[in-house]
Amino acid sequence: MVLKKTLSILATTTLAVGILAGCSGGQKNDTANNGGNGGGGGGSNVIKIATQTPLSGGSATLGESIKLGAQLALEEQQANFEKLGFKLELVPYDDQGDPKKGVANAQLIGADKQVFGVVGHLNSGVAIPSSEIYEKYSIPMVSPANTATDVTDRGLKTVNRICARDDFQGPAGAKFAVEKLGAKKIFIIQDKTAYGTGLAEAFKKGAEELGAQILGFEGITVGEKDFNGVLNQVLAKKPDLIYFGGLYTEGGLLIKQARDKGITVPIMGGDGLDSSTLVQIAGDAVKNTYMTSAAGLTTVTDAGKQFAEKYKQKFGKEIESYSAYGYDAMGVLLKGLENAIKANGNKLPTRQQVAEEVRKVQDYQGVVTKVSFDEKGDNKYAKIYIYKFDEAKYPAKLEDEVSKQ
Amino acid sequence: MKNWLHTIQQNKRLQAIIVGLYIVVTFFSLYLAQKSVVAFLLLLSSLLLLYFTTFSNRVKWLIGGVVMVVLLPLAASQGEAYQSYMEVATLVGIYIAMALGLNIVVGMAGLLDLGFVAFFALGAYTYGIFATGQANNFMPFGHYPLSGESFWVFIFIGCFVAALFGILLGVPVLRVKGDYLAIVTLGFGEIIRIIFNNLDKPVNITNGAMGLASVQPPRLFGIDFMYPSQFYYIVLVILITVIFAVRRLEFSKIGRAWKAVRENEIAAQAMGIHLVKTKLMAFAVGASFSGMMGVVFAAKQTFVDPTSFTLLESITILVMVILGGMGSVPGVILGAALVTILNLQVLTELTNWLNQLSLNGVINVPDALSPAKMQRFIFGVILILFALYRPQGLLPAKNPVFDEKELKDADKLVNAGVQKEVPQNVHLDS
Amino acid sequence: MINEVLHTLPQVLIDGLTLGAVYAIVALGYTMVYGILELINFAHGEIFMTGAFVGTAILLTFAGFGWLASMPALVALVLVLVVTSVVTGLLGMGIERVAYRPLRNAPKLITLITAIGVSFLLQDIVRFIAELKNGNYILTGPSLFSGQIGIKASSISSIFNDASVKSSFFIVLIVAVIMMVTLDFFVNKTKWGMAMRAVAQDRETAALMSVNVNKVIALTFFIGSALGGATGVLFAIQYGTIDPYIGFILGLKAFTAAVLGGIGNIRGAMFGGILLGVMEMFAAANLPVVSHGVLGAEYKDVFAFAILIIVLIFKPEGLFGKVSVEKV
Repeated sequence: MVLKKTLSILATTTLAVGILAGCSGGQKNDTANNGGNGGGGGGSNVIKIATQTPLSGGSATLGESIKLGAQLALEEQQANFEKLGFKLELVPYDDQGDPKKGVANAQLIGADKQVFGVVGHLNSGVAIPSSEIYEKYSIPMVSPANTATDVTDRGLKTVNRICARDDFQGPAGAKFAVEKLGAKKIFIIQDKTAYGTGLAEAFKKGAEELGAQILGFEGITVGEKDFNGVLNQVLAKKPDLIYFGGLYTEGGLLIKQARDKGITVPIMGGDGLDSSTLVQIAGDAVKNTYMTSAAGLTTVTDAGKQFAEKYKQKFGKEIESYSAYGYDAMGVLLKGLENAIKANGNKLPTRQQVAEEVRKVQDYQGVVTKVSFDEKGDNKYAKIYIYKFDEAKYPAKLEDEVSKQ
Repeated sequence: MKNWLHTIQQNKRLQAIIVGLYIVVTFFSLYLAQKSVVAFLLLLSSLLLLYFTTFSNRVKWLIGGVVMVVLLPLAASQGEAYQSYMEVATLVGIYIAMALGLNIVVGMAGLLDLGFVAFFALGAYTYGIFATGQANNFMPFGHYPLSGESFWVFIFIGCFVAALFGILLGVPVLRVKGDYLAIVTLGFGEIIRIIFNNLDKPVNITNGAMGLASVQPPRLFGIDFMYPSQFYYIVLVILITVIFAVRRLEFSKIGRAWKAVRENEIAAQAMGIHLVKTKLMAFAVGASFSGMMGVVFAAKQTFVDPTSFTLLESITILVMVILGGMGSVPGVILGAALVTILNLQVLTELTNWLNQLSLNGVINVPDALSPAKMQRFIFGVILILFALYRPQGLLPAKNPVFDEKELKDADKLVNAGVQKEVPQNVHLDS
Repeated sequence: MINEVLHTLPQVLIDGLTLGAVYAIVALGYTMVYGILELINFAHGEIFMTGAFVGTAILLTFAGFGWLASMPALVALVLVLVVTSVVTGLLGMGIERVAYRPLRNAPKLITLITAIGVSFLLQDIVRFIAELKNGNYILTGPSLFSGQIGIKASSISSIFNDASVKSSFFIVLIVAVIMMVTLDFFVNKTKWGMAMRAVAQDRETAALMSVNVNKVIALTFFIGSALGGATGVLFAIQYGTIDPYIGFILGLKAFTAAVLGGIGNIRGAMFGGILLGVMEMFAAANLPVVSHGVLGAEYKDVFAFAILIIVLIFKPEGLFGKVSVEKV
């Protein structure tokens, strides 16, 4: 009996100690940071900017690219902030594409007094609940990629985005499909996630207004590999365009299997397809695929080309569609931060001041987009770009761009 | 070591001094530290220390109550990480209640349920639908969202709805046994999630994949509950009720029936235990805890969508039960606390730390190895190791020990026709 | 409505057969292990997934060295199938040795929990390796058989639409049939097969009859896992893209197939797999048509699980299984 008890006590203590050791790891890092800036002042001149994107899970490619883009922007600005007397640091969080994790991380971010801004998220389903927390702590969030309308429609003061909204992206895609591609009968497939459903609904509305006929509105499951069931419906209905609201993993397979089935009509998708992995998965089948994206082609401009080179040099990877958006989102955030510091007489501002200044940013010239926030936090200059894949090569060819004004 | 422990076990005064000192020291270390995860966890583990003492139950509860209600929030409120600690503590509470629910089904009645998170989802959606404008789509009367005051009623409604579904699900499922039961419940869990994800057609009930945003915060006397530090108290009250209920159930007739069914169904049936009723009761009670916490979760997150209720979530709760010890209430509490803290704090902090190191160029850890992604790996290892080497868990379940001699004496008295209260000297280990 | 359903029938049947063949072979693994140990090997789906990854990795290596272009596709396929099935077979044996054998006399619940643990462990290890090597755990292999063959179903009757088939479909089907026939022969006609059946019927008595029970069980795991791994390769060839989480849902459906055919019954598992594949495809293509858009294609998983639950509740012995009486 006693032996058993001792054993159980031992087992528990070892576990507890193990966990504590893990935490003290986290601790060490704090003390190390504080020690790193001269010991005095308790690290009051360290300013942290957090990123929250999925670094694991199905959309890790995109999440990672946002993080890296933001990291690049932050490192470039470091010297500038040193002059003002502040040390910039990046704290990347992994939201795993899971709202619960996003909210728990948001609480951690909010609790860390040194954090003055967030670049994120990728998934609107995570951004919406997490931003409620940022609002409580008045931490400004600049989103590089959230296109769902609800992100800014809730009227939060801290939430901004530099990309276009779904109710702009969907109809823009529909307009292109109906007017330029002459699609009259459209079959819509979506992946039953917040992003895919929202985009597909917006596209459907836009297409119906333009007089196209919607033959079907079907869902698939994320993570599946066999889409023949839905494609058999497409075969039976014979549409002249397929629209897919969802991400590149499912999108790539869908395109491939559709072409294997002998469905040759154009396939169109949203910005979730905008990744090099799509081409990897679909291979040659990707021809005759169109996509609308909130992300512009980075390498069209000189600034963009330079960015791509820097990115490649630093991380040894090619840029993804949202890399530059991560970079610009961070740029806008730091611009707001800088303004807030200057307005505060070169002293550390409050989060509130930073959030106000970020919202006030006008005509910021980023690598891929100009940024001016309206009263809701949407970007006035956001554009929708329409791409076409003519060959199995990423990035695709720019076909058209639509702007708000 | 053994002698030393033995001395401590014998001497209550010594125990009181140790526990008291420990609590005071950890309290001040957390109170004075700006942000220390370690201090926070050490203060929490004072409850574990308390468990190992030999005080009477009442004293334990009293001290534990003081620590939980007063000391922990007070100590944490000084630091800047106050809300994030409270968030962790709140989630720990939520998971403990769920793990206790699953413990009734798996640990006590021996029915392996792999779709347990479905009940949690039911509770969350019950509140979510009526506390947003969602209910306007199909409710013929009333206008929604309901105000935050309704939250308190919904705790009971969520409890009831989940229990009802537990029974509904139980009726067909109980025809199958053992492994099959596990697979069937897993199937049901997935079915419920898929249905929630698709119930936006033909009538929009759950808003499908878009989820329900801006759920009304609970209100009491005009105060809106918005912060984790406030939810902490809601969870604490529910949790204490749940623990109390579980303890009472465990040693009641139904609790003994559950254990009998777990050990041997056919023998239990032969002893006159009504199998179906017993099992359904386990399902209903277990589900009701989850349903209640689901309501709290929806209010706390202010956003409900189907992605929060995956199979991984069900397995997580199972891991908590296995780690702590199947059928052991204190064990399950410990298991749930450990796993939740591991998930939320330890892995995240570790990942951040490694990120810092690689940013500063100290060491280079490949991204694939970041601890936050290792959840499945860690759960897998815990499940395998515990199943192989310690199937009874960290704090094994104990059955009450009856003194044979006393029972015999009592028996003699009864047989002699003397009507007298039988002193049942039951020694309960809590 | 009936017309619409009939239009797509040929194509649905072809797709259903492909999927069904995959289900059938994975179901064999479940059925064999269950027949001999009365244990649901939860990790079997993950063994299938590991097989898919191993196969794709070998193919990618070949392609990297430029060998793929220089050898006929069939040779490459056979090579990959053999290597993969040996690797996954050994993996299955290892899992049995480490995680299941010590628990052979433990309560069922505990063994099942270990199995879940093993399945999680495998998922994460594969993810980790893939991510380390590739930067992304979604892996796309080289396409081996991507030729298209049109089937003129409309010449049979005008009500059918034409269907098209990938040549990999035939590969999948033929390999699957070969595997099933070989297994059937092995179990019913060889000495080892007899030993397996003996152990499945009564472990103690078989041991008394000088059957080496441990060896037989290890062999069962080897064969079941080898088949599962080989199917993983077929899956990767047919669908091209894999990730570490494909095994779970597919494993569940294959288990459904095994139950449908009667668990422990090898021929039943084959039949159940094909049946389930065709039914699922049919549901995905025709649910919206039949229910007038109320139930979309996304309900097809619900459909599969519903079959599982209904069979388990009302006819747990499946279509071809034997009714077992429980003794105390």
